[in-house]
Amino acid sequence: MCGLHMEGLGPMQILRVLLLRLLTTAITLAGVAVIVFFVIRVVPGNPIAMMLPPGATDEDIARLSALYGLDKPIVTQFGIWLSGVVQGDFGTSITTRQPVLALVLGRLPATLELSIMALVMAMILGGVAALAGTRFRGGRTEGAIDVANGMALSVPDFLWGLVLILLFGVLVPIFHISGRVTPSLELPFVTDFYLFESLFRLRFDLWADIVAHMFMPALALAIPLAAIIGQLLKQSLKETMNLDYVTLSRTKGYGETRVILREALRNAALPTLTLVGVQFTFLIGGTVIIERLFSYEGLGNMAIDAVVNRDLPLIQGIVILFAVIFTGVNLIVDLLYTVLNPRLRHG
Amino acid sequence: MAEAKAIDGRSLIRRRAGLRLWLSAGWLGMLCIAALLAPWIAPKDPLAQDLFLGRMPPVWEMGAEPGYWLGTDSLGRDVLSRIIHGARIALMVALIAGTITCVIGATLGLLAGFLRGWVDLVISRLIDIWMAFPPVLFSILLIAVLGPGLWSIIIAIVVIDWTRFARVVRAEAMAQGAMDYVASARVAGRGRFGTMLREILPNVLPTIVVLLTLEMGIAVIVEAILSFVNLSISTDQPTWGGMISEGRASVHQAWWVLVFPLITLFLTVLSFSQLGEGLKDRFDPVLR
Amino acid sequence: MSFLRISNLSVRLKKGPPLLRRVSLQVAAGDVHGLVGESGAGKSMIGKAVLGILPPSVEVTGGEIWLDGVDLLSLPLAERRRRIGATAALIPQDPLTALNPSHRIGPQITDRLVDILGWGRADANSRALELLAEVQIPDPARVLRSYPHELSGGMRQRILIASAFAAEPKLIVADEPTTALDVTVQKQILKLIAGMQARHGTALLFVTHDLGVVSKVCQRLSVLYAGMVVEDTSVADFFAAPRHAYSAALLAATPKYTDPAAGLQPVPDAVIAQVRAEVAAFDRGTRHG
Repeated sequence: MCGLHMEGLGPMQILRVLLLRLLTTAITLAGVAVIVFFVIRVVPGNPIAMMLPPGATDEDIARLSALYGLDKPIVTQFGIWLSGVVQGDFGTSITTRQPVLALVLGRLPATLELSIMALVMAMILGGVAALAGTRFRGGRTEGAIDVANGMALSVPDFLWGLVLILLFGVLVPIFHISGRVTPSLELPFVTDFYLFESLFRLRFDLWADIVAHMFMPALALAIPLAAIIGQLLKQSLKETMNLDYVTLSRTKGYGETRVILREALRNAALPTLTLVGVQFTFLIGGTVIIERLFSYEGLGNMAIDAVVNRDLPLIQGIVILFAVIFTGVNLIVDLLYTVLNPRLRHG
Repeated sequence: MAEAKAIDGRSLIRRRAGLRLWLSAGWLGMLCIAALLAPWIAPKDPLAQDLFLGRMPPVWEMGAEPGYWLGTDSLGRDVLSRIIHGARIALMVALIAGTITCVIGATLGLLAGFLRGWVDLVISRLIDIWMAFPPVLFSILLIAVLGPGLWSIIIAIVVIDWTRFARVVRAEAMAQGAMDYVASARVAGRGRFGTMLREILPNVLPTIVVLLTLEMGIAVIVEAILSFVNLSISTDQPTWGGMISEGRASVHQAWWVLVFPLITLFLTVLSFSQLGEGLKDRFDPVLR
Repeated sequence: MSFLRISNLSVRLKKGPPLLRRVSLQVAAGDVHGLVGESGAGKSMIGKAVLGILPPSVEVTGGEIWLDGVDLLSLPLAERRRRIGATAALIPQDPLTALNPSHRIGPQITDRLVDILGWGRADANSRALELLAEVQIPDPARVLRSYPHELSGGMRQRILIASAFAAEPKLIVADEPTTALDVTVQKQILKLIAGMQARHGTALLFVTHDLGVVSKVCQRLSVLYAGMVVEDTSVADFFAAPRHAYSAALLAATPKYTDPAAGLQPVPDAVIAQVRAEVAAFDRGTRHG
């Protein structure tokens, strides 16, 4: 959660800290796997019975259960599942009868694109709010920004999504309120990263359509994070603005805006960064309900369907994938912090 | 003179915080009264359907039906009455789930932060594992396991959100535990648990109260989200989330079915959170 | 022709008590002018006012600051900053906090040359190398690529001095430039500043509480008490015979200028009462006049 504290450590010690960190990550992931596995096997309702047409005999159900390994004791099932996972096999989805890994990886790009878009929006919105608040500190502008931040922070993404649907889907319908792309469009894509691939292929018509679908769900996810970034960054910017090196750069002839951007921003951004890492995992967690709200075909939407259909292997695969993403984000943020902090780099 | 100026600015902040506190407390108080007196003050039966009165707009719009102040949904049920009755479940979930989560989470956090050692190790590891779950998905999964119903929702909220309290209280307890007064209490002959309850707990309490207020707002949202994915309470009980779910489906035909429950939910969540923030300012010794 | 002319400068805490009371002083081109006084007397405040870096809690209520023929206070903020950046510079008090920890040394010396004065990068870099050699830093090329935390306090102060002289400013404000340093380094840095000042012919506004330093580097000095100039004279006259009782008392409180047998004399209460009365009289005068 917090940075790797490497100040004054030699390379061997840094290696040790890193290894320790990887070990705890592994323990966390194992814990998630065990909990999900056992929780979903207490789910009432037989998934096999649900997938067979009505009138199927008990024998049919038993045969199919055996096929999915659901007739064995839970611990044995876990052993089988785990040995599969080690070989990259996450089982087969009960509803679609396709490999879980392929299904999940097919939906992952949509969720990643949505999360990254939201993160970028949050950084832009929060950054601009913090910079404007710092530039005009002590004035009415700063007060207005504080109030807006407080509002944005108090209300979660789900409600912002609904508000956005009303504003830009109904009142002034300029964005699409459901789906990832207009279904009638012909898509030439070979990957599932529609947003990036449309840019790469210079198909700006498709790109615009994808953005028009993505805009509202991404903004809904971005608003609370933008408020957090705005608040933290403004606070540390304002502290930085009183430091001697900032004062010195004022005497060099720079305007106030340039002083903020050149001297204060980089040092103020570091403490914000570590906190944004955890917050970004919250944002990714929020995609589950936001994708549902906007009928966006990502992992989260698939996850809710999987729960509704009692598709145990699929649920398991998705939850683990989320856990991998969360812990991965935290690890990346820690590394970024080390790379960006010159004091640690040369420590 | 400089002193006077600083004090002036401070009281300004306090006035603003005070207003915020009163507005949120006012809205929540109103909601409580509405929930308690729902059967008497709701103008209609929230469950009564009338297919001839389906999707009637609110009274100030053209073609409204008198007596249905905020219009009706597609089954002809009165939106205002459903919002008033929906407040019962929302507030029940907020109070019960919030309190239980608070007690369990704060206790674990206090134990981890004060006792340290293996207790802390186990609890911290659990928190890490919990943080790696997507919370909304986890809650949906739990409801699927427990089956729909008020208590399922409450259990799901407790199981998922105890870490919010545990994390913060653990850190606070650790910080307090490192202070001199704790050491001197130990020297004066107070036992470990005595020190924890008499010395540490009172100092962590303001934080816990603030977190509790915030958690109540979160509980209301979780209930709404679960209703939204049709996993909350049986469908014949009016809930805000359920109304929003219906409203989202027919937003182009009858905006009021979405708008009014949404405004209610928005104000309630905002109030809980502003109440928490206002209390935080009150408790903050720098501002006091 | 004086290069810096401050006349009747008044500064106060916003809606609070005055910090500078109609301060006037002139610094001729190439001169070193000392500003002395106890802490809180407002000597740093004058330097900050000249460089346009007064803290936001403080406001200028009157007076003029003429720098190189322009009244700075009549200029809009951006223009004033530009003007100051092109003609003046600061040697700050604490070298440990005055360098940006996340930028390399090089750009912190050359930024003004490139961004404000429009030099080319290569020219600015060779200028930086030259300056580092002049402030006696070994291996200047390596130092330019270092980060501040890799260098000692004395080294950093040398870098800040080099940076101040980079654009050949006509005025440098040195704000207690040796106070934060080790006693062993203080002397070297002082010598360095004096030498650089003489070579470059820069006017220097030297803020210090150390009369010994003043006697070594300054030509003129202003003695401040409670934001008021109580004496403005040449260094030679001052040390020969201070005119104001407070100046004399200050001199008597400095180790070097007292008879070791008599010991250090704190400023006598009677003298304090006298200057306080003068300040009060001044305040009454400004209120009615």
